[in-house]
Amino acid sequence: MLLAVRDLTVALPIGGRLVPIVESVSFTLGAREILGIVGESGSGKSVTSLAIMGLIDVPGARISGSVRFRGRELVGLAPRAYRALRGREIAMIFQDPMTAFTPVYTVGRQIDEQIRAHQKISRSDARARTVRLLGDMGVPDPERVAGRYPHQLSGGLRQRAMIAMALSCNPALLIADEPTTALDVTVQAQILDLLRGLRRDYGSSVLLITHDMGVVAETCDRTLVLYSGLVAERGPTGALFAQPGHPYTAALLDSIPPLHGPRPARLPSIPGSPPAPAGRPAGCPFAPRCAYVHDSCAVRPPLVACGEQDVACVLPAEGRPLPPRFVAEMSA
Amino acid sequence: MVMSVLRRLGQTLFVLFGISVLVFLVFFATPGADPTARIAGRNASPETMARVRVEYGFDRPLPVQYARMMEKLFVTRDLTSYVNRGQKVVPEILEAAPVTVSLVSGAALIWVVLSVAMGVTAAALRGGWVDRGLMMLGLVGISIPVFWLGQVVNLVTQSRYHDSWLFSWVPGLGYVPLTEDPLGWFRALALPWLTLAVLFVGIYSRVLRADLVAVQSEDFMRTARAKGLSPMRVLLVHGLRTSMITFVSLFGLDFAQLVGGGALLTEVVFGLQGVGRLTYQALSNLDLPLIMATVMYSAVFVVIANAVVDMLYLFLDPRVRDGR
Repeated sequence: MLLAVRDLTVALPIGGRLVPIVESVSFTLGAREILGIVGESGSGKSVTSLAIMGLIDVPGARISGSVRFRGRELVGLAPRAYRALRGREIAMIFQDPMTAFTPVYTVGRQIDEQIRAHQKISRSDARARTVRLLGDMGVPDPERVAGRYPHQLSGGLRQRAMIAMALSCNPALLIADEPTTALDVTVQAQILDLLRGLRRDYGSSVLLITHDMGVVAETCDRTLVLYSGLVAERGPTGALFAQPGHPYTAALLDSIPPLHGPRPARLPSIPGSPPAPAGRPAGCPFAPRCAYVHDSCAVRPPLVACGEQDVACVLPAEGRPLPPRFVAEMSA
Repeated sequence: MVMSVLRRLGQTLFVLFGISVLVFLVFFATPGADPTARIAGRNASPETMARVRVEYGFDRPLPVQYARMMEKLFVTRDLTSYVNRGQKVVPEILEAAPVTVSLVSGAALIWVVLSVAMGVTAAALRGGWVDRGLMMLGLVGISIPVFWLGQVVNLVTQSRYHDSWLFSWVPGLGYVPLTEDPLGWFRALALPWLTLAVLFVGIYSRVLRADLVAVQSEDFMRTARAKGLSPMRVLLVHGLRTSMITFVSLFGLDFAQLVGGGALLTEVVFGLQGVGRLTYQALSNLDLPLIMATVMYSAVFVVIANAVVDMLYLFLDPRVRDGR
């Protein structure tokens, strides 16, 4: 197991008290696996990834639980040891390639910098590798692109350069935080292709953070659905899409516009909005918005096995799981 | 790149022309004041008046008067003072300029080095007592009036403790040209430099710290940390370099206005015959030609410094390079 996260809880000080943003999140990621973390804004996806990277530097933040990477505990790791890991074994690409590069240096120089931060290698060797990486990421004329400043490149090229930088030290784990959100659709598809190819060409595992169920369906082997900082459901992507165990997952899937059949007059949406971390209900956090809510939802449901998935809902245990969905177009 | 530099130069010349016209109009074409009488002096004979009038072209249209004035200022350089008969204005300024430039350059070097060191240290140790202490110190520096500080420095180093081992090296007030005696130049200016720099160290270190703290929340700083760089490298290579852009524009303006005569108080307190002091004298005597010359001189500096800052931008910020 490459990465094993157990009971990860991240609490940030808000208004003078510690509020758990992410609560008891557990999942595992195997070698060459792509795991999707889905959830709406504020569900704790990014905080989870930043916690794994050790990049939460809010004064007073408390991170508890366990994050084991290649058998090594990352929670509480000394800053120096973490630094050697970051960028070398765990790399991250960010949502907005427009702002993720330092504007005053060329893209090539910034990639060189990462290589040289982790390896004793000459400037020209580093640049040669940078150019090769950019070429591998499908950047046309990589030599010229390496000499350009971030603002001179298109969003797609910048995101490719970002991925090239993340891969520059051959990391075992790549965390991609909404890597396609800021890009237009055609470029999005290319970048997702690139991510899928990484495990073949680089043997990397990918933690793909997104709010786009379509992206998950296309890309991820397994999926973790977060709601309000808690795991709602996790399991193999195919099974999860075919028969979601959690009403929230089902509602998310219902809100994808169908590609075939009659066009719905209105897409179904989930009424209400997710609770703020400080005002999370004591029971099931989804209960106030759930169509199936009943008395037993007042107690926070534990994760239970349901088919191939683990679901934090009382319905499967009560013997009335959600019906399977028609997923013909998904398998295409 | 070359094109934008040339365009900037053209703009600079245009701005200088505009300033010279304005200054000329204000001082010599104000209705109700006859510049001829002022230049010729009190009780001048009609012949003298007539000669002055012809020499300065005051009997001709305004554009000719302007051209004459500029000629006297820049070409023949024989514009004479109203107050000290026969005293040529331009050489007077050229004599005062090295004093001011020496004073301001030294102070600038001190304030840039100190404020960068203080700003970076405070930002790196943000929230700690070092940060708070340094910023408090900066605030104190900003609050101390330079003339008071200068007087106290003089009191301590010139009279009270002048004979102690600590300050016996301090020479009397005044300026020693660098070309005559470099060591004497340094000794004469060391305390004025420090005094002038105090205010700016305060301002610049606080501005830089605020910029550095603001830049911490930028996405690219997070990327830099995600790359596994050391906190020092992230702060200096990625943060400071980006924050330098504000710093440089501030510096350009302050440096220019000081060289252009803004260091007046320091010059007066330390008995340095610089441009600021000259401007002050000209203003208190209503010496129009001298005022005109000093204003032009300082305008030239401010405009040139602005142009230099813009060029530095081209170098510091690649986005500006393409923006033109």
